[in-house]
Amino acid sequence: MKRFEIVTTELNPELYRQAVLHPNAGAVTVFTGHVREWTNGIQTTYLAYEAYVPMAEKMLAQIGQEIQEKWPETKVAIAHRIGELQISDIAVVIAVSSPHRKAAYEANEYAIERIKEIVPIWKKEIWQNGEEWVGDQQKKPVPKGE
Amino acid sequence: MVTILYFARLKEIVGKEQEQLPFEGRTVKELLDYIEQQYDFSNFVHVAVNEEYALLEDTLQEHDTVAIIPPVSGG
Repeated sequence: MKRFEIVTTELNPELYRQAVLHPNAGAVTVFTGHVREWTNGIQTTYLAYEAYVPMAEKMLAQIGQEIQEKWPETKVAIAHRIGELQISDIAVVIAVSSPHRKAAYEANEYAIERIKEIVPIWKKEIWQNGEEWVGDQQKKPVPKGE
Repeated sequence: MVTILYFARLKEIVGKEQEQLPFEGRTVKELLDYIEQQYDFSNFVHVAVNEEYALLEDTLQEHDTVAIIPPVSGG
């Protein structure tokens, strides 16, 4: 297991919590993003994620780097699953440890926002009567952190 | 030659994951203009050269790998 990775099998959040845990970590936030059945009134049957894997892993590591600069005492692990995912499956896990909880919460939210901006991963929604690549969530990617 | 990688909707339109094109010495912008014309697709947001986000005016080198990055939707 790597601290920043794209995987094709079921995600186990506990692994990523363990990966960031250390004796001075007083708080760990673990975010899991799941496949949602209903989006704007449309029922999803399942999702298919695709990634440019080597670059996506680099970008996840870059987000880790950005977090390290903004919240120096944190430790981060991020994993995104690709392939076909069913309703309620975990698509993404973000674990952040910190001596105190505030930085762990803030850095975790920062990570998911940045994933949606810069990581080359694409989601296709498959419905009962059609399918569509999702791409309107973020029209202008921001390659560098603020 | 330059290797071009296609993803998501663009991959479906092009009908292949990658192709080789003689764009060494030319800019990212020139390549995008070609792809837009060839495949009638203009929903690119970004281009990565050798796994790093690139600028339109960057010049491509022999053996570069260029990924066309449609709007991302991870998470």
